[in-house]
Amino acid sequence: MEFTHGGEAHLVRPSPPAQVDDDTWTRFLYMRDNLKGVYAERWRHARGCGQFFNALRDTTTDHFVAVYKRGEPRPR
Amino acid sequence: MRKQTFSALSLIWRGLSGHRSWQQQWRKPEPKTRYDAIIVGGGGHGLGAAYYLAQEHGLSNIAVLEKGWIGGGNTGRNTTIIRSYYLFSESAALYDHSLKLWEDLSRALNYNMMFSQRGVMMLAHTVHDVQVIKRHVHANRCNGVDNEWLEPAQAKAFCPPLNIAANIRYPVLGAALQRRGGTARHDAVAWGYARAADALGVDIIENCEVTGIRRDAGGAVAGVETSRGYIQARKVGVSAAGHTSVVMRMAGVQLPLESFPLQALVSEPIKPIFPCVVMSNTIHAYISQSDKGELVIGAGTDAYTSYTQRGALHINMHTLDAICELFPEFRRLRMLRNWGGIVDVTPDRSPIIAKTAVPGLYVNCGWGTGGFKATPGSAHLFAWTMAHDEPHPINAPFTIERFRDGNLIDEAAAAAVAH
Repeated sequence: MEFTHGGEAHLVRPSPPAQVDDDTWTRFLYMRDNLKGVYAERWRHARGCGQFFNALRDTTTDHFVAVYKRGEPRPR
Repeated sequence: MRKQTFSALSLIWRGLSGHRSWQQQWRKPEPKTRYDAIIVGGGGHGLGAAYYLAQEHGLSNIAVLEKGWIGGGNTGRNTTIIRSYYLFSESAALYDHSLKLWEDLSRALNYNMMFSQRGVMMLAHTVHDVQVIKRHVHANRCNGVDNEWLEPAQAKAFCPPLNIAANIRYPVLGAALQRRGGTARHDAVAWGYARAADALGVDIIENCEVTGIRRDAGGAVAGVETSRGYIQARKVGVSAAGHTSVVMRMAGVQLPLESFPLQALVSEPIKPIFPCVVMSNTIHAYISQSDKGELVIGAGTDAYTSYTQRGALHINMHTLDAICELFPEFRRLRMLRNWGGIVDVTPDRSPIIAKTAVPGLYVNCGWGTGGFKATPGSAHLFAWTMAHDEPHPINAPFTIERFRDGNLIDEAAAAAVAH
């Protein structure tokens, strides 16, 4: 597999850890939108440069709609 | 209208009279404007829950809403394996509760489930497998669940087509055997529960997609918007498998679920050759033979989330590699068809059967790759939870809050893969 799936994108790790409550940790660690439709995801070029990047993919067709760098906002 | 009952005599009689006097098995009612309870999702789990709500808890004004046709989702797409040898006590109690219901289900519903306790054998291929599987066997026996360790020659005696040669890539070093495990007819589960629920007055409404969940001023469930109009209900149970996240989002509830395609395939039908069910988590092969003669083969999930109901071909190829090595005589068989279903997977690979933060809204989900075996138990416990507004002791650990509280039932780590 040249590209591997890295799960939902734009999840921000809560901080500082000692002051984060359990519900916020739960949302970050476990809760997922799991959208049916265009979904922003992390992907990794595992058999290439090894970098993570973000992509918009339609989960009803598996077609990629857009690709963008990690850290960049989700394209409109 | 009085329901026809099935018996040997009725089969012979109606057979001889040209099969022209069979009744419709369930009605096709129009949705009412109001129900006491609504189940979203007409698979085995949802239909069963409606049946137990009516049969054990005395509710009569119940509807099951199904966006397609009943049993057309994962109930009709799985590989029909039934077993209960899970590692943790919570899981063993849950799945064995289900297995016990299976053992009496054909009689209870007066519907032939074709339930066959032909034995489920889980193979060990590495030293690590042997240790883990023996641990499973011991844990199961402590929990009163039958499971026994077989040496390779014993496994071969139980399943003659099995290749136990020492020189293959993943040799068989032994196996765990649950003799009470086996298979059932998947469609019969949906049809049997539908027929029995219908006889108790449950409305089974097909081609009725839920498009919204309305809540009252206090936040409690008031009803559901559907493709066939608005329906009031103070209790709504969501049992929508791979689409649970989609439905629950309508009520603003986020769940720890991701939906993946899971594939299966069948061979051309052949004469009876395969006497049991064989599973290998390590090399990902799940195989049994249907009464029609097809070898029923289960593959793994895709590596990315999707709602497409189809998966990548290499997943099937990987499984067939394993099947061909374990059962060399199947190498020249042709595969007849393959398909995918969408399974909802939790982080710990254990299900959720629980109340939610929204009053009147209940969810039964997260069965992932192994929900078929749990159908009667899951349905029974979900009905209990909806009727009592609190979980039954068996499903009490299977909450949404376990992720917040750190009480995971980590069958993901116990089985290492899909189970």
